[in-house]
Amino acid sequence: MLQYAWLVPALPLTGFLVLALTASRLPKMVAGTIGTASVGLSMLAVLAIWVQVGFSPLPTGGYTLVLWQWMNVGGFTPTISLYVDHLALIMMSVVTFVSFLIHLYSHEYMEDDASYSRFFAYMNLFVGSMLILVMAANLLFFYVGWEGVGLCSYLLIGFWYDSADFDRAARKAFIVTRIGDTAMAIGFFLLFNALGTLNIQELMHRAAASWTVGQGMAVAGAALILGGAVGKSAQFPLQVWLPDAMAGPTPVSALIHAATMVTAGVYIIARTHVLFALAPAIQLLVAIIGALTLLIAGFSALGQDDIKRILAYSTISQIGYMFLALGVGAWAAAIFHLMTHAFFKALLFLAAGVVIHAMDGEHDIFKMGGLRKTLKVAFWPFLIGSAALTALPLITAGYYSKDLILWEAWSSPQGAWWLWVMGIVGALLTGLYIFRAVFVAFFGKPQRVVAHYPKGRVVIPLLVLSFLSIVGGFVEIPPNLGDIDAFTTFMASVLPSAQGAAEPTPGLILAWMQIAAGLVALGSIAIAAFLFARRAPLFNMLARSRGGRALKQFWAVGCGFDWVYLRALKRPYRRLSWLDRNDIVDSFYTGVAALTRGFYYMLSATQTGRIRWYAAGIAAGMVTFLALAVWK
Amino acid sequence: MPVAFYISALIAIVATLLTVTRYNAIHALLYLVVSLLAVAVVFYTLGAPFAAALEVIIYAGAIMVLFVFVVMMLNLTDMADRERRWLNSGMWVGPGILSLVLFGEIIYMLLSGPVAAQPVHYVGPAAVGVALYTRYVLAVEIASMLLLAGLIGAYHFGRRHSGSRAGKT
Amino acid sequence: MVAIVPSYGIWLAGILFAIGMAGLLVRRNIVFMLMCIEIMLNAAGLVFIVGGARWGQADGQVLFLLILALAAAEVAIGLALILLFHRRYQTLDADAASRMRG
Repeated sequence: MLQYAWLVPALPLTGFLVLALTASRLPKMVAGTIGTASVGLSMLAVLAIWVQVGFSPLPTGGYTLVLWQWMNVGGFTPTISLYVDHLALIMMSVVTFVSFLIHLYSHEYMEDDASYSRFFAYMNLFVGSMLILVMAANLLFFYVGWEGVGLCSYLLIGFWYDSADFDRAARKAFIVTRIGDTAMAIGFFLLFNALGTLNIQELMHRAAASWTVGQGMAVAGAALILGGAVGKSAQFPLQVWLPDAMAGPTPVSALIHAATMVTAGVYIIARTHVLFALAPAIQLLVAIIGALTLLIAGFSALGQDDIKRILAYSTISQIGYMFLALGVGAWAAAIFHLMTHAFFKALLFLAAGVVIHAMDGEHDIFKMGGLRKTLKVAFWPFLIGSAALTALPLITAGYYSKDLILWEAWSSPQGAWWLWVMGIVGALLTGLYIFRAVFVAFFGKPQRVVAHYPKGRVVIPLLVLSFLSIVGGFVEIPPNLGDIDAFTTFMASVLPSAQGAAEPTPGLILAWMQIAAGLVALGSIAIAAFLFARRAPLFNMLARSRGGRALKQFWAVGCGFDWVYLRALKRPYRRLSWLDRNDIVDSFYTGVAALTRGFYYMLSATQTGRIRWYAAGIAAGMVTFLALAVWK
Repeated sequence: MPVAFYISALIAIVATLLTVTRYNAIHALLYLVVSLLAVAVVFYTLGAPFAAALEVIIYAGAIMVLFVFVVMMLNLTDMADRERRWLNSGMWVGPGILSLVLFGEIIYMLLSGPVAAQPVHYVGPAAVGVALYTRYVLAVEIASMLLLAGLIGAYHFGRRHSGSRAGKT
Repeated sequence: MVAIVPSYGIWLAGILFAIGMAGLLVRRNIVFMLMCIEIMLNAAGLVFIVGGARWGQADGQVLFLLILALAAAEVAIGLALILLFHRRYQTLDADAASRMRG
């Protein structure tokens, strides 16, 4: 089956081609079924690979499938080739499985949309590109997938392109991630120039063999790849595009901006972890960026009223956790959290979609209420997702993954106590903002009548994801609670555990950690209940005060990043463009053309069409020649 | 005898000058005929009576007559007015300069050669005929073909077709 | 014949040719332009006669005869063209035929 691994990205891409070429001429149901089935078949292909791997394990170097030679230019011979190892397998599974569920959801959710088949075309293209991204064997092919998902993100955010605001959001996403993409491309150039190959495994071997820890080229390469990851994964300082990206349809937000595309940055850092291990300063930077981002995003989420924007900032914050894990050397923990996060964040977004549909397009949580009773089909999934997000102890997948990250932040040799503190504060904020949403939107008095109830194709993904958000963490349980390390063992062939990290041995420190984390989670829910389920007078006073309102406003605009970027970057650049509006550089070329035209006009003036003029010309010429001949 | 040469030369020059400055085409043509006759006399004084006869018969007698026929056929009524409008003294400056420079060059070339006076040799019609039909017989044939072509061309151009004439030039 | 300096014939030819050229460039009427061309041709023929007189050979007159034949053919065609021109443009203004301008 492995030699057919190319089917996995090819099937969604075929779906895209079919839908793009038939361009809305197919009936809606057919288009939707094609779109969903292509991803479903891809998922089955991944399943088949799992079955095969179960019987005959993958070779230690991973399985490489060379499809064809891309080009042969001066000794540069990249190939189109796929690489399947355990990390790729996990990523493929997450991508295809969650994508399939979301496609099934969209099959019903987007029914009333006029551009139904265009939606599925873009979604299929996205899934194809994402699969290329995770399965690519060399950095060039990886970059193809990277750019492809960026393109699809732009297309899908601006899906309803009639609105200028949505177009702006799409452009913002594309341009901000472009900054990261450029950095990453330069990083790839540097790596190729220094080590002579772009094949990822080969590159890592050569880097480990020829570079010492802290060498300049390793630092440069790692820093530039980090730049790309920061852009795509919406981390500090490039996180500004993700909240505005909520302009796209909810399934898009669920798939791209929660489960898959934004995790591409985490993936590339995990893939090139050898490089980061060679540049400890950059690795520390990764952790710091992660920690900073999770705090900034956590506070910003507290100030949002739009349910999707709360979830968007939540995504930024959770990816911050993954970056934190990467930064302290807990590579497998980061991927573990990536997987559980995909489950519960997609679940939260899909449930939010049901709520928005039911509320007839209303996003403001303060205009909803009492949905606990009126929209049970959305309440329970949202509650389970929120619990997983808050890392409710023992019964949620999020608990196991987030707890592992917090433990590694404390105990890894690259970790530090203040990173752990930031993580704990972030956990508190997480519980606060998500249960704020739960209590305000689902509890209390109903303010609107439910307009629309979902049917089977929406409910099934919600059920499946709810189930996974509960049991998905049981593959990696700490030693004092059950001691299962299936996940890390599975990943051990690709992602080594943090160097010299203290194994979570049943010890006092571990127990205290777990208690602290559990208390924070439960406490945050309690505080949220106190503040938002029943408005306490003290809180009301604080909230209505000048300071309170200013603080909320500050958080609501994402802690002022857009304001800074507008003044520091956008305005100066627009000024420069306006100064160059006549394109000074181009005037050289237009000047040459104008000069030629001038000569042309001068010459064509000599063509008067009159005989006497021509005769005079002949006479003058003859006289001149005679003169020349006579005076020689 | 040299007097005849100088007088006819003077007449030729004056007549030619008058030709190019007349308003009326017929007047100009008549002056041109005078000029050609004067040149014929010059030929005679230079010892070329056959050429003089040809000049009178063919050039002045046939070609100029043809000119006169065509001008009269055109039947121009207001030619004098138009010519007066078109011809002002300012127009003569450029061409005058050009012509003077050309003339100067010719004189310069003349004077830079040997200036010894040569006698004039008489060449009679018999000698011309002999040369024509022995050494230059091919040229005679070609000239006759040229004349044939001219004849056919002139006939074709001058023909009036019963159909559309406007498009054809 | 008494000795005449044949080179004075060339002087005469030069003067006639210059007058003809000036007339060609100045006059706007096509008929006059054709007349000036005839003047120039005649002047060229005079040069040949002078040459023949100088060297005492018949070639000069023979060539003059050929020039005459040429002038005859050319005048025939030229006048036919003038007729066509007049029919087409209703005028004899040479500047009227300037469609090849630009």
